[in-house]
Amino acid sequence: MTAIVQDQVDEKRRRVLLIATSAAGGVVAAGAVGPLIASWFPSARALAAGAPVEADVSKIEPGQQVTIEWRGKPVWLMRRTPEMVQVLEKNAKADFLADPESNDSRQPDSCKNAERSSKKELFVCLAVCTHLGCTPNLKKEIGPASDMGADWPGGYLCPCHGSRFDLAGRVMKGSPAPINLEIPPNHYQGDAIVVVGADAAKGA
Amino acid sequence: MAATEKKLPVTGAGPFNGVLTWVDQRFPLMALWREHAAEYYAPKNFNFWYYFGSLAALCLVIQIVSGIFLTMNYKPAAADAFASVEYIMRDVPGGWFIRYVHSTGASMFFITVYLHMVRGLMYGSYRRPRELIWIFGVVIYLALMGEAFFGYLLPWGQMSFWGAQVIINLFGTVPFIGEALAVWIRGDYNVSDATLNRFFALHVIALPLVLCGLVAAHLMALHEVGSNNPDGVEIKKDIDPVSGHPRDGIPFHPYYTVKDMMGVAVFLIVFCAIVFFAPEMGGYFLEANNFIPADSLKTPLHIAPVWYFTPYYAMLRAIPPMFNSQFPGVAVMGAAVLIFFFVPWLDRGRVKSIRYRGTRYRVFFALFIVSFLILAYLGTQPPDVWGSFGEGVPIVGGGVVGAWVARLLTILYFAFFLLMPWYTARDRERPEPLRVTH
Repeated sequence: MTAIVQDQVDEKRRRVLLIATSAAGGVVAAGAVGPLIASWFPSARALAAGAPVEADVSKIEPGQQVTIEWRGKPVWLMRRTPEMVQVLEKNAKADFLADPESNDSRQPDSCKNAERSSKKELFVCLAVCTHLGCTPNLKKEIGPASDMGADWPGGYLCPCHGSRFDLAGRVMKGSPAPINLEIPPNHYQGDAIVVVGADAAKGA
Repeated sequence: MAATEKKLPVTGAGPFNGVLTWVDQRFPLMALWREHAAEYYAPKNFNFWYYFGSLAALCLVIQIVSGIFLTMNYKPAAADAFASVEYIMRDVPGGWFIRYVHSTGASMFFITVYLHMVRGLMYGSYRRPRELIWIFGVVIYLALMGEAFFGYLLPWGQMSFWGAQVIINLFGTVPFIGEALAVWIRGDYNVSDATLNRFFALHVIALPLVLCGLVAAHLMALHEVGSNNPDGVEIKKDIDPVSGHPRDGIPFHPYYTVKDMMGVAVFLIVFCAIVFFAPEMGGYFLEANNFIPADSLKTPLHIAPVWYFTPYYAMLRAIPPMFNSQFPGVAVMGAAVLIFFFVPWLDRGRVKSIRYRGTRYRVFFALFIVSFLILAYLGTQPPDVWGSFGEGVPIVGGGVVGAWVARLLTILYFAFFLLMPWYTARDRERPEPLRVTH
């Protein structure tokens, strides 16, 4: 064995080896972080639980709203009365709404209309305020019968920060919520069954 | 080759001399003790405000010890968490005490940390050469906020759930990647079992480790440069040539260990009074809604964070959405915390302590403290707590009073920091004394 003699040290070679080893070690460390970060994404089980859900809408009376669960979030299914549909048509471009034509909001193409639904009388909506995720409350009476003032067009009030939406989930000006309520992908199978979570094209 | 045995030092006298010497030849026990206590010279003019550093350290210890015992009965799963907390409260012998100590400890930790920070601002303890002590301190504050947030989800009550929902959705407002980021944080499409489980891991392992490391760094930096004092005078400028120690310094032990023990005694009296007589503190330490199990389909009527986050929450609410996004409010809230990092470089004053500052600094400092307190109050209340302006009022007509007040106070809060280079440089200051006063 040769003894290590200080004055024979090749400093340049030593530095190259040091940098190369550190770089290789850095790559390994970065590679090890990858799986750790990946482990935070939804698991296969969570993804499966997030699959589309079906609901029977035939038993919902006009003016009645039911809440179903999709991906752990509440989704409203509402059968509108003819009067409600009328008010929505009248307010198709009303200027008390921040985004009446839903240009900045999120909905399937089939729901980008005054009612924000593919069937005028059936409203499917994600019940999550676009401000910070609370669930708004239904204030469905139109006008003074609600406790929301004489010109209330029917709609929803978020209890957390007071965002107001009309019966199509369109946000009213002056609310903290920036955009309309989200309409989740949805389509119908026959007249009675609505599928929430998938568009007709991608569905079934 | 045999390792040479260390023959020195030979420490002390007395019955344990042999043991101590044996240890000291292998580990610098007495050297550490001397460096950080017996021969750490601190200014002799510390006042009331200097209790809160050691009290914050005490809070950390209380939280770690009570937390360890809580984990022995707590179950970090969505199906079991709420019931396991009730089990601790009702069935575990003394469990209610451990839990109330932990929940009270969280609020007391923030009280001591806030007072500790006020002290630092008042006496210029962030100024050169103590910038790094301050920066470590701000990082501790951030880690503590994370620790409190993760811990608050664990009881899995309505406020736990919806508080987490709101805070995680703040990340959802980040442009472009927000949505994916929120799903990544939750590990699901909604706050769920996966979220609870990982928050538990962060709360009991990750952040406590980080906090302990940061506290060590904070203290090492402090003992490297020495403590500031209410006069802002550097005691190391005046060294006694005979003893080699600062003339205005006294050894930390026994002088300040005794003083701090006095502080601990008073602190524990207050602490125990809260634990035994008012653990919920009228809804400020434990919120009523959190005694209802989490329900993802039903939002509580009024969501408010725990009091120590409310100043920032009030700012968040006060900023209206811009460009169809809630992000500006989130950015303001983040900036309000991160701006503390820059204080050492924003301050252009020639003196450190508020005692020798001029009127301008005092006015801005007072406005900052008042803004922080009123914002904290507003954040605990519903947005319309003070009603609305009449329609006829110019500019703010029809607006919510609370929101406009919060906007004004947010501006004052930032003015304290952003105008600091201007008003500290032009302030009419009095000269610092040569030596500390009492």
